[in-house]
Amino acid sequence: MTRMKRRVLPGFPLSLGYTLFYLSVLVVIPILACFSKAGSLTAAQFRDAVWTERTRAAYALTFGTSFAAAAVNLALGLLIAWVLVRYRFPGRRLMDALIDLPLALPTAVGGLVYASLYVKKGWLGQYLAPLGIQAAYSRLAIVLVLVFIGLPFVVRTVQPVLEDLDAEAEEAAASLGATRWQSFRRVILPPLYPALLTGFALAFARSLGEYGSVVFVSGNMPYKTEIAPVLIVARLEEYAYGEATAIAVVLLVVSFVMLVVINALERWSRRSEAHA
Amino acid sequence: MKIPLRRALVGGLMALATGAAASDSVELLNVSYDPTRELWRDLNGSFTDQYRKEKGVAVTVKQSHGGSSAQARAVIEGLEADVVTLASTIDTDAIAQRGLITGDWVKRLPNNSLPYTSTIVFVVRKGNPKGIRDWPDLVKPGVEVITPNPKTSGNGYLSFFSAWGSVVLRGGSRQAAIDYVTKLYRQVPVLDSGARGAAITFVQREMGDVHLAWENEARLEVAEARGDLDIVYPPISIRAEPHVALVDANVDRKKTRAVADAYLRYLYTDAAQQIIARHFYRPTNEAVLKAHAATFPALRMFSIKEIALDFPDAHKQFIAEGGVFDKIYRPR
Repeated sequence: MTRMKRRVLPGFPLSLGYTLFYLSVLVVIPILACFSKAGSLTAAQFRDAVWTERTRAAYALTFGTSFAAAAVNLALGLLIAWVLVRYRFPGRRLMDALIDLPLALPTAVGGLVYASLYVKKGWLGQYLAPLGIQAAYSRLAIVLVLVFIGLPFVVRTVQPVLEDLDAEAEEAAASLGATRWQSFRRVILPPLYPALLTGFALAFARSLGEYGSVVFVSGNMPYKTEIAPVLIVARLEEYAYGEATAIAVVLLVVSFVMLVVINALERWSRRSEAHA
Repeated sequence: MKIPLRRALVGGLMALATGAAASDSVELLNVSYDPTRELWRDLNGSFTDQYRKEKGVAVTVKQSHGGSSAQARAVIEGLEADVVTLASTIDTDAIAQRGLITGDWVKRLPNNSLPYTSTIVFVVRKGNPKGIRDWPDLVKPGVEVITPNPKTSGNGYLSFFSAWGSVVLRGGSRQAAIDYVTKLYRQVPVLDSGARGAAITFVQREMGDVHLAWENEARLEVAEARGDLDIVYPPISIRAEPHVALVDANVDRKKTRAVADAYLRYLYTDAAQQIIARHFYRPTNEAVLKAHAATFPALRMFSIKEIALDFPDAHKQFIAEGGVFDKIYRPR
């Protein structure tokens, strides 16, 4: 924990200047352009574009499936990071490298592969269909593919923290009579909270904007499996730029609020960890 | 060594300053839609050969492909297309509305600027087990229909227009047409975002009993399936109108109008019409179409004007926000 605090880049003002410049060119200006495009609508037009039964169903689906997928990744990511850090076994390095693959693969490919695996006649779908599980062209399909897309985030944020964790603390806990569950919950988990939250936030945010893979597995049925980005594309198809960006603005604002909340939680857990 | 280099640099700068027209090689950009890659590769090769022989000018035609409306938006945002050859009037019209294409552009070239047309046909499983011959067969119980989302795909809305026309142009009322398309889309299990996605769903995923596809795509699909799929021509379907147009604002700035115009006019020559027919697009030259009568069975290809004012109007009435298509689906 006692890492030296040393500024690598010389000159704080210079590096801050660069940061602000890049942040505005890469992030702030495009987002402002988005807002100004949506601002070309009147208040009534804006409301009509973003608040219909259909768009509400799409927001609920987009946020719901992203949240579910991020939650699955939270558990799965922790488990994978644990296995990669704590155990030595043949193929570990290969497994480690595989984790990042979802980031490199064009997401449309992921979507196509998932759809072909999980349809009724697919390799995996043929076993699920008799159980009454429709794993392609359903909400479940969206969650599955978003879990795939978001997998690297939790693993990669938790892994380094876990590596820094002292095994002696666990041994001490065990020698003091803690059960395995107690030492996991009271000794191992607390220092991981900030990293877990960051990973969760990244996976969640990544899923909200995902389009390429989801359109291939969801079936895009209105009110059922139609995500918000599909509605944006549909409005663009009508050359209704204002309405399309209005929906994007709603997604942006809600995502931003959620990310701020998650960041606040993370800071809070870091502070309470420091005090503990 | 120094002087030639400097001369080359100066020459290069001068060429840049005077524009492409001054040199004896011209580059055109043809912005088109997705499935036409192979068609335009063949047409471009044939055109550039002919133009070099006749005018002594080397032309390079670059191609850009993508979803038709995404391509139109790119041109609107500044992609420097000399010509656009998009899937639908809706997209060409959107460019014209922003002043990049001027005047009565449809009338500027022969056959209302249509070197070829196409239509929507049925692809069914081997032996047509569900006995699908005509539009009413699609809504029989137990028939699953694969067609892309009309909101996001040209193939999608052309299928919708065909379905609509099959009712109202055979004596059905507007209400009968609404009932028909409502039933039809209840039997569509997946709304793929584009034509390619729908083809994958039907062919690779083996979902559905019938695939409503572009005629040229259907021909390729059936050929590649080696006997597992059959093509069925319904008695009536939409006449798709993939117009070609010069992008006036761009050709005037790039000084490529003469070559671009020659390029588009070349599409009406017998040689080009033959290439078009070989790629399963219906040539508008009657003689060439007749010569390929075996490839293109006759069916009633109705004009969009029989069900709406034009393509943009049809899109607004049937597909766009608040249109007929939106009323098919209800929240559950």
